[in-house]
Amino acid sequence: MLQLSPMEQEALMLSLSASSKAVLFSLPLAIALGWLLGTRRFPGHALLNAVVHLPLVLPPVVLGYLMLVLLGRNGPLGGPLYDLFGIRIAFSSSAVVIACAVVGFPLMVRAIRQSAESIDPRYARAARSLGASEARIFVSVTLPLMAPGILAGITLAFARAVGEFGATITLAGNIPGKTQTLPLALFNVTQSPGGDMAALRLCVLSLILAGAALLASEAIARKVHHGEVPA
Amino acid sequence: MIEVHLHHPRGDFCLDVDISVPAQGITGLIGRSGSGKSTLFSCLAGHIRPTAGCISLRGRSLYNSELGINVPPAQRGVGLVFQDGLLFPHMTVARNLAYGARNVGTDFWNEVISALDLGHLLGARPGRLSGGERQRAAIARALMAEPDLLLLDEPVSALDPDLKGRTLDLIARVQDRTRVPMIFISHAPEEVRRLCDRVITLSDGRITTQGDRTPPPVRDTCRAVPIPVRMGQ
Repeated sequence: MLQLSPMEQEALMLSLSASSKAVLFSLPLAIALGWLLGTRRFPGHALLNAVVHLPLVLPPVVLGYLMLVLLGRNGPLGGPLYDLFGIRIAFSSSAVVIACAVVGFPLMVRAIRQSAESIDPRYARAARSLGASEARIFVSVTLPLMAPGILAGITLAFARAVGEFGATITLAGNIPGKTQTLPLALFNVTQSPGGDMAALRLCVLSLILAGAALLASEAIARKVHHGEVPA
Repeated sequence: MIEVHLHHPRGDFCLDVDISVPAQGITGLIGRSGSGKSTLFSCLAGHIRPTAGCISLRGRSLYNSELGINVPPAQRGVGLVFQDGLLFPHMTVARNLAYGARNVGTDFWNEVISALDLGHLLGARPGRLSGGERQRAAIARALMAEPDLLLLDEPVSALDPDLKGRTLDLIARVQDRTRVPMIFISHAPEEVRRLCDRVITLSDGRITTQGDRTPPPVRDTCRAVPIPVRMGQ
């Protein structure tokens, strides 16, 4: 039953590859924002927090459409990119990565922010009194203490990206072998007569991926709860 | 000498202190909760910038509001030991100790480890240590940075009485061997009497006594408030 067709295998591989790239590319910014929102208070803190979390509450199709307007060939960002460098984002495999990154980003920032908030600020004071620079404190103390939150954020964002549908179909389309991810392939087979078996197969596959990601996230959360942080 | 002359108002509270004590031995800082002990420590360590005044340690100015001097905490040479030790939980004891030990010689490293009996704990993570072991490691970590002054913020208050006594003896022994001047915060006059060469008493942000080895009893306002008794009951 779990024998995947070449098209389904392509969709699975694209989903995994786009989700991994999305998490990898957005991770540095998510760490910076999570740390900033979790440990610093500044004018505009609430506004920045709201903007970062907006993709979490906006319908994915709205997100996809806004990105299409921005990154399309005539868009304020997509236009210059095409005119100057010949780069076309909309309806390309890059669009899949961008859509996955945007929907997973708030989950990643949220987990990292919570982790940063829970760090006792006296650790940094202790490190300062031992002569450490701010950069050294961030790398050697803050970042390792945030590690469980970073790992949980990566897992959640990856799981969200693998299941992404609305923003992807709006920004990247549904082109088999190019922009067709697992949920889009599932959507296709549900619309085709006699596609029940394939739909069931893709459902089971999606369940396995989501379940594995959630289990990993839960395991990390338990580790954080018990105060076991990685070296 | 350790010279501290500070004026630091914050809302209803004002830290207003003039301290001048020799930079040697152990100085006790005693006072009830909210008297300004921790605020004073934060000013000394550089984590709070006082409104006005000056702090100098052995002739080196760490803070001077008039001259615009405010040495960053990392360059003050003021070590800190917190009530709960606060070792970095993701590092072994050895890595905690080495964190601030940049130019420390092998002799000094071994001396501190031996004085605080940490040899068998170097490979352990802080989560596996008892309260007393954590405090010993925290004192060692602060000493390895070779501070000019070590601030001990109620380092034994969370320990049981037996362990408290042994840790106080260890602190005295370490001070004797390393000669690092220390300021020791405590609520308990008996701890200060046992450990310190001199004592400063702080009350509502002001120094009430300075220099006397025998500390006056600390009155906790919560306990000092008389309970009204209704007549006729």
